[in-house]
Amino acid sequence: MPITLPADSVGIVTPQTLHFSEPLALDCGRTLDEYELVYETYGALNAARSNAILVCHALSGDHHAAGYHSPEDKKPGWWDSCIGPGKPFDTRRFFVVSLNNLGGCKGSTGPVSVNPATGKPYGPDFPIVTVRDWVQSQARLGAALGITQWAAVIGGSLGGMQALQWAIDFPDGLRHALAIAAAPKLSAQNIAFNEVARQAIMSDPDFHAGHYYEHNVVPRRGLMLARMLGHITYLSDDAMRAKFGRELREGKLSFGFDVEFQVESYLRYQGQSFVERFDANTYLLMTKVLDYFDPAAEFNHDLSAALKAATAKFFVIAFTSDWRFSPARSREIVRALLDNDHQVSYAEITSSEGHDAFLMPNTHYQTLLHTYLERVAREVGV
Amino acid sequence: MALRPDFEIISEWIAPGSRVLDLGCGDGALLAYLNATRGVSSYGLEIDGANIIKCIEAGVNVIQTDLDAGLSDFDADSFDYVILSQTLQAVYYPDRLLDEMLRVGREGIVTFPNFGHWQNRVQIALGGHMPVSRNLPNEWYNTPNIHLCTLRDFEQLCAKNGISVLQRTVVDHAHRGGWGMRLLPNLLGEIALYRFRRKPN
Repeated sequence: MPITLPADSVGIVTPQTLHFSEPLALDCGRTLDEYELVYETYGALNAARSNAILVCHALSGDHHAAGYHSPEDKKPGWWDSCIGPGKPFDTRRFFVVSLNNLGGCKGSTGPVSVNPATGKPYGPDFPIVTVRDWVQSQARLGAALGITQWAAVIGGSLGGMQALQWAIDFPDGLRHALAIAAAPKLSAQNIAFNEVARQAIMSDPDFHAGHYYEHNVVPRRGLMLARMLGHITYLSDDAMRAKFGRELREGKLSFGFDVEFQVESYLRYQGQSFVERFDANTYLLMTKVLDYFDPAAEFNHDLSAALKAATAKFFVIAFTSDWRFSPARSREIVRALLDNDHQVSYAEITSSEGHDAFLMPNTHYQTLLHTYLERVAREVGV
Repeated sequence: MALRPDFEIISEWIAPGSRVLDLGCGDGALLAYLNATRGVSSYGLEIDGANIIKCIEAGVNVIQTDLDAGLSDFDADSFDYVILSQTLQAVYYPDRLLDEMLRVGREGIVTFPNFGHWQNRVQIALGGHMPVSRNLPNEWYNTPNIHLCTLRDFEQLCAKNGISVLQRTVVDHAHRGGWGMRLLPNLLGEIALYRFRRKPN
């Protein structure tokens, strides 16, 4: 953490945990008899309980979206650029809630949690959940916090998919849905990348069919490869060129297979540091959540029909250099909303940062979010 | 904020509660006005990022898009009116865009600066240079207006493409009409406003 906190930081935050003992029936047919959700909140819920914003995390995100856990923290939460006093999700006006989703590895019930039925970690036996399951669990969290309607549900990438699912499953549960750098479903190419990531993990000799906890090992190489691959898809060709070009670490070729180019060094570092903070079974599960997301499927593959019952106002945002979930994918969402005469705005932000752009500070992007959220604030009277 | 005077004329042409699409909606002022005065349900299309922010601020539904890429996101007959205000002269394919307007909308409304206005004619004929005026403030090299036309040009294009003009209003820069403009619209009118639809087959 910086010596002094920036004035627009939410400061030191403490995660909280809620235990849910009402069984949750999952899409896969199985039931979680009880589970825990860990979450953080920033700002204060107003008396009318109208100012709550739900922030949904993406593939490798968690509940720690803003601020610092301790003065020793080097980095703030993953969306600190947008959450805080005076920031787009202004904590002087809004009560922001961010949770770790079910199946996660940061405190909410998931593969690393102890299965009460066996007394051992769930591991690969943890049920594969879906975005719809998440939204159900998020609705229960909201209810427990006294929130009957979110002023907005906001997320990027997989988080944006949760915002869409909210609008479909709980039309009255939110006023605004902000889907950023998202897609209505994964393409074959998206699924292909996920499959290579899964194969990397599952073919690691330390994977032990997912029971690696019992062997006191971690499938490091597999998880590292999965993250390296993912990272390539989060960046654009331009961003990689600008960041690394063909820079050599030692300034000359060494005619070997050790790290030579800066980009190799960067990817290895990203992969290695990820292994320290993430669980391989959760990574497998998260990629499946992505693959399975397809709200149109149960509406005869008609996205317009899926969104018909939605009453939220939508703000869809895409980034020009995002090739993982390109602007064309966001426009599919917009089109389906237009088909229904729903309230929707769409912005396509010029950025060279690729898919990662949704997490990066960008003046135009942040002004857009700020302006939209001001409108939301006026609507809910804060 | 001062209301652009052509907005009032357009507003009078719009039936209350109808569905409106505004192509090149700028800062969203027209749509905000129509939403308020006519209770329409509306969307604006706009390419400029700074204008998108203004539209969001104005509470107007706006879709960031390039009009020259067409209106393929919109189904046929999904709007009552498709408006193109002061933008026709700035697109690459005005003829195709008019067709697109009448594919997605029942009626089209366009406004454009009349290139046939006498002051423009004088600047070309006597001054020997491209006109620069209140309505055409740019120099030839930096103007976004690449397809300027006169009333006669526009009406000829409509006739050729099976479009019938339902209403035409010609006004000066202050958006006043007058007997002179009624008599010699193509010479004395500075701004032209048209409402039109596809001719029945």
